[in-house]
Amino acid sequence: MNAVVDLPKDHLSSVGKNIPIYKERGQREVFCGLTGIIWLHRKIQDAFFLVVGSRTCAHLVQSAAGVMIFAEPRFATAIIDDRDLAGIADAHEELDRVVKSLLTRRPDIKMLFLVGSCPSEVIKLDLSRAAQRLNKEFLNQCRILSYSGSGIETTFTQGEDACLASLVNEIPKPVMAEEKNLLVVGCLPDVVEDQFQRLFNKLGIARVSFFPPKNSQQKIEIHSNTQYLLAQPFLAETARLIEERGAKRISAPFPFGIEGTSAWLKAAANQWGVSAQKFDEVTQPKIERAQKALARYIPMLESKRISFFPDSQLEIPLARFLSQECGMKVLEIGTPYLHKQHLEVELDLLPENSRIVEGQDVEKQLDRCRADKPDIVVCGLGLANPLEAEGITTKWSIELVFSPVHGYEQAADLAELFARPLNRSMKLAA
Amino acid sequence: MQLTLWTYEGPPHIGAMRIAASMTDLHYVLHSPQGDTYADLLFTMIGRSRKRPPVTYTTFQARDLGGDTAQLFKDSVNNAYQRFQPKAMIVGASCTAELIQDDPGGLAKALTLPIPVIPLELPSYQKKENWGASETFYHIVRGLVAVDKSISAQQYQENRSASKQEGQKPTCNILGPTALGFRNRDDVQEIAGLLESMGIEVRVVAPLNASVSDLAKIPAADFNVSLYPEISQLTCTWLNKTFGQPFTKTIPIGTKATKAFVREVAQLASLDPEAILAAQEERARWYAKSVDSTYLTDKRVFIFGDGSHAIAAAKVAAEEIGFKVVGLGTYSREFAREVREAAKSYGIEALITDDYLEVEQKVSELAPDLVLGTQMERHIAKRLGVPCAVISAPVHVQDFPARYSPQMGFEGANVLFDTWIHPLMMGLEEHLIMMFRDDFEFSAKAAPSHLGHAAPSEASQIMASQISVPSASSLKVDDEEVVSSDVESLWAADAEKELGKIPFFVRGKARRNTEKFAVEHSISRITIETLYDAKAHYGR
Repeated sequence: MNAVVDLPKDHLSSVGKNIPIYKERGQREVFCGLTGIIWLHRKIQDAFFLVVGSRTCAHLVQSAAGVMIFAEPRFATAIIDDRDLAGIADAHEELDRVVKSLLTRRPDIKMLFLVGSCPSEVIKLDLSRAAQRLNKEFLNQCRILSYSGSGIETTFTQGEDACLASLVNEIPKPVMAEEKNLLVVGCLPDVVEDQFQRLFNKLGIARVSFFPPKNSQQKIEIHSNTQYLLAQPFLAETARLIEERGAKRISAPFPFGIEGTSAWLKAAANQWGVSAQKFDEVTQPKIERAQKALARYIPMLESKRISFFPDSQLEIPLARFLSQECGMKVLEIGTPYLHKQHLEVELDLLPENSRIVEGQDVEKQLDRCRADKPDIVVCGLGLANPLEAEGITTKWSIELVFSPVHGYEQAADLAELFARPLNRSMKLAA
Repeated sequence: MQLTLWTYEGPPHIGAMRIAASMTDLHYVLHSPQGDTYADLLFTMIGRSRKRPPVTYTTFQARDLGGDTAQLFKDSVNNAYQRFQPKAMIVGASCTAELIQDDPGGLAKALTLPIPVIPLELPSYQKKENWGASETFYHIVRGLVAVDKSISAQQYQENRSASKQEGQKPTCNILGPTALGFRNRDDVQEIAGLLESMGIEVRVVAPLNASVSDLAKIPAADFNVSLYPEISQLTCTWLNKTFGQPFTKTIPIGTKATKAFVREVAQLASLDPEAILAAQEERARWYAKSVDSTYLTDKRVFIFGDGSHAIAAAKVAAEEIGFKVVGLGTYSREFAREVREAAKSYGIEALITDDYLEVEQKVSELAPDLVLGTQMERHIAKRLGVPCAVISAPVHVQDFPARYSPQMGFEGANVLFDTWIHPLMMGLEEHLIMMFRDDFEFSAKAAPSHLGHAAPSEASQIMASQISVPSASSLKVDDEEVVSSDVESLWAADAEKELGKIPFFVRGKARRNTEKFAVEHSISRITIETLYDAKAHYGR
């Protein structure tokens, strides 16, 4: 193993096959939770996201989404100005005015998220109270919720966690248990959701629902007879609130790659008492097809060395997939936050000789990356081109959140996302 | 609070970043929460920079707010100095850090670093990106240029001419170009080439690619070329006041303005401009004169952008291409006066706003044939189905092209001609569509065929009067329905059908003119005759 530059040894713990977990603090090169709006507004189709923040927040969202040309965007920012800060204008009255004019302009909106930001959190503008107040006013037209996507509290995909948590919070605590049901939690592309739905149904699990739903009118069932599967690793708060309503988590790895998907489905199948024979019957054809598709990319990935910069919390499951199924060698796995319980199965599957770093000091991490000289680095767009200019091949990490990557049919697509930059570097070098 | 769908400018610290990222050995320590590093992407992705911007962020989180964020800031400054060894540093706060009031300037000063540390006060809740860039550039130049207070501006000027050797060329600086500036890279090359061909030596280009020691040399030049007033005017004014350096006022966008610029510069450098002007080919002028361009006459154009680009574009559109400027506006409040004056010369009222919805409203009212604007106007033009070209920031990645594409100088004029004409339907096609409307391929509803697209859907062909985009302050849903039902009852069925025979790119105007004519003449029902009466009344 390469020399580890400057990694703090305090709070050091280890998991799985003696894999060290370092905690690092310093400059973090990550997105804030507001970025979640970019995919959430497409998923929940009658929802609107109103950021309450500064011009910086508006600028962030538009820099991320503004390449697309919109006729009617489903997000906006209420920009706080100095009148709001000086107390000349009552911030709550101002917010009510903005929300009213927005809902009058867009009567098709059925659910409005007031999204908190760093400025609104620092001045302690109580958005949950504002949501309650406005809810009364728009009782039959629109539900109004709030969550925080601020950088001080949330990192990138944690914005989705906060958004989904606000949805769960709305669901009243159940009085009595109903029929056993399965809840799949985490925003999935429509095509992936449909594939999973078919698989569960074939396995004989009939009562399956997905959360978040595609529109705000769909009812979500959570009670003490609910078992839930996490489809994404970044849903700590959402999971906690679901459990408060009596539901139980099915411990499983995340459904990336063939092994991950099988284990994820199997964990649910076991809870429903699906026989091993039935399980194989349903999954075997999909597995064989996925293996055939994946085989194309394995020669490009095998024994290549990879490092991850922290971004989305998908890093650990992805590192597991790439090492377990594609034969890659994992050097460093950076993650913005590590939920040991949700990742316990994943951590056991990680190879020896990888190191996990929770948190970030970007300059030091870059030093380690340069010393490690990985074949490919997974990092954000702020670092990708500068690293390429240094001769290091990169895979920009945000794409992993924006592409269908879960499940059998996407296993090869997921591998291809990593093979493509390697393939390209070779092509352009030749 | 202001409801904002799109913002024309970022916060002021983005402007400061643009200055820092332009220079080679200046570092910026920005007190800001986790997540504000998104701004790096503007440079690495949109500007496709090979380097990370020289910015260290403190990226504090909620748990830090309970502790000592001031210490965090001091540590960041120290670490940044140790690691990057810059020749000078700027320090400041982003919008959130402004609220927690840690005083970055004072804290950095207390560290007594052996380099100049320049504090920035950028009020995030009042000011915006260009102001931030202008202010930062000004403070850097003031901080890095040595001033002898005992010498007056006039004495400085006299010393400069006295020290001049026999036969030495006149000298100037080019001030204003920055990283992420719209076509700044190529504008500098074009203008520097033009100045050198006139026999003028360009000393310092700043802030783009300048070093800290370059800035100190600014006062040695005879005069300054203020290329982008949004960024450079404040600094040039100070340099003039302090060192007696005059600066140029003409923005060399378009053939005429470039010639005026050459004359202005020649006067400042005491040179004769006529030789250089005579040597120019002026291809854009000839292209506009050639008969192929006749159909461009009086095409109605709406122009929006930053102050300088909007004013320059209007002049080119009206005087060099022969368009009719029907709308002119800017989001640069700092240049509102200049834009108002320019608008007056076209007999229109300027639109000064940073509210995207207001711009959208105006465009849909005017139903122009062409929109010249920013990335934001492309959203509007898409919605209204109007051709559009980009003339000003904010822009996205496609407007940082690999090829040489200045806006300024004689080559810039050529680029403008090609870029603006391209989205319009070409002459022959326009004629044929007016004559024969039901072709299965070249339909009247179709986009220009040279753009290679199939017919856009009916939905994107929403015409002006059917659209009612309320501005943020006066949002009323009911209006939309009322307006459209009124319009329907106003038009007789056969007149509506006749209107449909007019090609889409002038149909909006025809509809509007006819309705206006009907109102003015108290006609309650529009017939085919009214349509032609209105046409005779207003002309095409």
